[in-house]
Parts: sequence; C-alpha cells; structure tokens
Amino acid sequence: MSTITQVKRGIAPNIAWLRRQSVRRTLGKFSLYIVLAIAAALFSIPLVWMLSTSLKTLYQQDAWPPVWIPNPLEWRNYPDAFGFLPLGRYTLNTLFITAVTMVGTFISCPLVAYAFARIRFAGREFLFMALIATIMLPQAVRLIPTYLMFDRLGWLNTYLPLIVPSFFGTPFFIFLLRQYFRTFPEDLADAARVDGLGELGILTRIFLPLAGPALAVVAIFSFQSHWNDFFGPLIYLNREQMRTLALGLYYFKAFEGTTNWGQMMAAASTMTIPVLILFALFQRHFIQGVALTGIKG
Amino acid sequence: MASSTLSWPRLNQTQRRNITGYLFITPWLLGLLTFTLVPIAVVFVLGFTRYGVLDTPEWVGLRNYVRIFTDDRYFRISLVNTLYYVAISVPLHVIIGFLLALGLNAKIRGITIYRTLFYVPSIVPQVAGVLLFVWLFQPQIGLFNFLLDLVGVRGPNWLGRPEWAKPAIIIMSLWGVGGGMIIFLAGLQSIPEHLYEAAKIDGANNWNQFWTVTVPMMTPTIFFNLVMGLINSFQVFTTAYVATNGGPMNSTLFYMLYLYTTGFQDFKMGYASALAWILFFLVLVLTVLVFKSSASWVYYESGGEG
Repeated sequence: MSTITQVKRGIAPNIAWLRRQSVRRTLGKFSLYIVLAIAAALFSIPLVWMLSTSLKTLYQQDAWPPVWIPNPLEWRNYPDAFGFLPLGRYTLNTLFITAVTMVGTFISCPLVAYAFARIRFAGREFLFMALIATIMLPQAVRLIPTYLMFDRLGWLNTYLPLIVPSFFGTPFFIFLLRQYFRTFPEDLADAARVDGLGELGILTRIFLPLAGPALAVVAIFSFQSHWNDFFGPLIYLNREQMRTLALGLYYFKAFEGTTNWGQMMAAASTMTIPVLILFALFQRHFIQGVALTGIKG
Repeated sequence: MASSTLSWPRLNQTQRRNITGYLFITPWLLGLLTFTLVPIAVVFVLGFTRYGVLDTPEWVGLRNYVRIFTDDRYFRISLVNTLYYVAISVPLHVIIGFLLALGLNAKIRGITIYRTLFYVPSIVPQVAGVLLFVWLFQPQIGLFNFLLDLVGVRGPNWLGRPEWAKPAIIIMSLWGVGGGMIIFLAGLQSIPEHLYEAAKIDGANNWNQFWTVTVPMMTPTIFFNLVMGLINSFQVFTTAYVATNGGPMNSTLFYMLYLYTTGFQDFKMGYASALAWILFFLVLVLTVLVFKSSASWVYYESGGEG
C-alpha cells in the first residue's frame, strides 16, 4: 500500500487514472498478492522439503541440483527409520503421556477456572494475579528443585514427573477456560443456584456442555505441548525404551550423524504428520484458541 | 447491627462460598506450593551451597556468585550469546509477525490459504523442525545454499561457523513466527471498523490511518508478544541443544544450555541453582522494566474489562 502512495506522489499528477480508487485498490491487491506469494513460498519450502526428502533414496538426497519430487518414491525410509530406532515404541510412549496428561488437565483445570470465574471467594483477585504471574514465570527457576524433589521420590525414569503436575492444573489453561466462562451471562449460574444446583453441578451440567470450543482449544494445546516436549523427557527419562518421540529424534541425529537424511526426515515426518492432521481437522479451534488467550489480559 | 438470627445465615453463605471456592482451586493451590513457591525458595537457598546430588549440600555462602561474576568464562559467553539472541530475535519476531498479519488481514481471495501456509510451520514439533533445518543448512547439498547459489551467492557453512551459527538459529526460530502472527491478526480483527471510518471522514489516507488507528490500537498486542517473546527467548534451549549442542566454539552456548550442562551433566546443583536465580532475576527486572515503560506507549481503551 505504501508503494502505491509513493507512486501517487511521484507521477500521479500526470496519470489521472492512477488516482482513481478502484484502480489503486486493484494495484494494491496485486502487489500484496505477489509479496504474500513469495513469502508464503519461503515459509512452505522447508516442510515440503521434509516430506520430499523422506521419500528419497540416498542417491537422490545428494543430487545437485536438488530433486523436488523424488522418483521413484522411496517409502522404505519409513520402515528403515522405525528399524533403526524403536520409533513405534516411542510413539506409543508419547501417546501415553499425552493421553494421561490430558485426563489430568480436564479433571483439574475446569474446577479451578470455574471458581475463578463464578465463585466469589475471599482473596480471589489476588490469587488470580498470582496465577497470571506463574504463566510468565521462567521455567528455569523451578527446574532444579523440582528435579531434586522427583529424584527424592524415586520418580526418575518414570513418567510420573511428566504426568503428575498436570493433575494440579496448568495456569495457562485455567486462565483460558476462566476467560471463556466469564463470557457466560452472570444469571446463568445464579438461576441454577436458585434451582438448587450445587456449584459442581453447575460446572458439570451447565458450564462444561457450553464450553465446547474452549475445551477443544485446551485439548489441542495440551496435546501439542506434551507431544512436542523435549526438555522434560530429556532430564527425567534415561532408559532407552522409555523415550518419547522428541527424545528419539534427538538420538537419531546424535547417533546417525548426517549420513542418511531420508531416514532422518522420515522420522521427523512421523512426528510432524499427526500434528498436521490434527490441524487439518480442528483448524478453527487452533485459530480460535489464540483469540481466546484474550490479549486484553 | 442486625440480630444474630438474621445475620447468621448471611455469614454462612459467605463462608460457604469461601469454602467451595477454595475447595475448587485446591489442586492449583497445592501445585503452586509444590511446583512453584517451594522450588523458588529452595533454589535460592541451594544457590549458596555446593551440592553434587549424591552428597549433602554444603554451605559456601556467596562463593558461587563470586565465581560466576569474576571467574566464569562460560557464564559470560552464554550470557552474551543469549543477549545477542534476545536482542535480535525478539524485535524480528514482533516486526515480521506484525507485517505478515497486516498483509494477511486484507480482504483478498484465498487469504485463508495464505494464513494457513504461514501458520503451519509454527505448529511443527520443535525437534522435528530442528532436524529439518540442520538438513536445509547443510553446507554442500543443503537446499538453502542451493537457493542462494541460484541468485549467485555462495552460502556459508551455517551451523559449522561461529559467526553464522547464531544467525542460523535465529532463522530457525523465525520459521515459527506464525504463532505470534496469529495473535497480531486476532488483534487487528478486533479493531472496531468505526474508528477507520471516523479517520476517513477526517480525511486520513491509508498511511495516516495506519499510524493513528492501527498502531495505537495494536500496542497492547505488541506489548503482549514482546513480553512473552522476551521471557521465552531468554530460555532458548532446544534449537541450539539439538542442532549444535552449543558449538561451534561455544557460539551457540546459550544460558539455558550452560545451566543444563552445569546441573545435569556435571551435577553441580548448587552452582546451577545460582545460575538459575540470576536468570530469574534478570528476566524479572527486564519484564518489570517493559511493564513500567508500557504506561508511556501502550494504549488501553477506557473502561477496560477482564
């Protein structure tokens, strides 16, 4: 748009048609299209390259100039990658952690969020500020003491350090759900109270059924954060058969070095494709989730 | 003063509300205590000890801190590397994210496809993304150097040269700019249309509208992305750990990498605790400064709710 203004300033006095709104708008749209198309190509190339390389033979990987669409398609990279490291096992491990933390999240977070949204208890505002503060707290500061605590409990090399905290609520998800609950009309809870419904009843029978979109967002964010988590598994899991996909990929690189990119990209795709499928299915919720974070704070 | 028979039920209700409220938030309160408040206190105390996990902590007073500030090369290197990373990547994320969101806010055909293309890289699992970029940055047969070759530039050995490794890590992080972009986009779409119409009536052109309506209305979103960006970038870890493990020549030895090595590979838990406390303090001071500065540049609509 700014280029158009410059053009206008420079030569527009001679070219009357350029000053016409419709022409300017078309030109503006056109240049926007071009800029966006180039940028979009730059952003998309890496992912295309990941999938493309995962289907290449060793010979095609080294080709110069690079081959975009492998021919023939080397599907063997996938079983080979799964043979090199037990990626199937790692996938199951990751799914297990992801599923259990999801259960923990859904037990704890709605309860806390509901109280912050609709129960007027003493000290609520102060505690809510504390909740927000913990969202911004650098994780580094609690890393060592929590590690030592889990060590004392004998929880190293178990999934407990990765799973148990989710049952105590995740501040960010609590915040998200609370913001959503706050959009419900105030008399919704009051009317139910008059009807003799307890707070737990109001939450489970009225609020949760209405909170579908927000719950979907929390489910997606929770899945993502545990599916992708690298640091937690890195410090808590040492035994090989307990590794998650993220850890497995790291060791894939550490062991394999830089010899077989096709297999390595097959492993990377294995971890990425489920997230892409999830995105394709729930695109709306991914985007909504961001709007929900309520930038207004 | 009402009679006791009248005020009792009232008091009861408040009490009951308090009890229910605290019962509901009990999980979080317990979590706050065990996973946040106690650890912060413990890490502070541990910072004054020598502690090798297996033996008992030994009180050494300020010795850890004195060593960190006077006789620790790696502390200085990692701090400088991290400040470099933060100073460059945070502004780039904000600026590029904002510009992309501006472009993607236009009402043109196929805009949702564009939004998707920019957003999807940000949801790619980090470790998978890093492996991919290690491959893209490969000096001889990597795609980036091939593309650079096409325009006549000889690409460097990105991750193998100390002067290129940090920019490479920053480029890697910028691939995920879509996350911040979507937040900017949500912010742009919540600007009420009537503000633009009012500006148009006052004779403002697109450029003026951008500076008098869009930018002021977006300052809360910029502020949000800036603060979260600061806090996260100070803790940059996975990209550098997986791609270069701090090398070459410590050029990607970021603060968290040094902290991790100290605590979890050398098992110097006391020393690592002091490092953690310094990082916490640094981030806290910076966050407070940004919050303080916000009064002069962040514009909040009157009658703020939520």
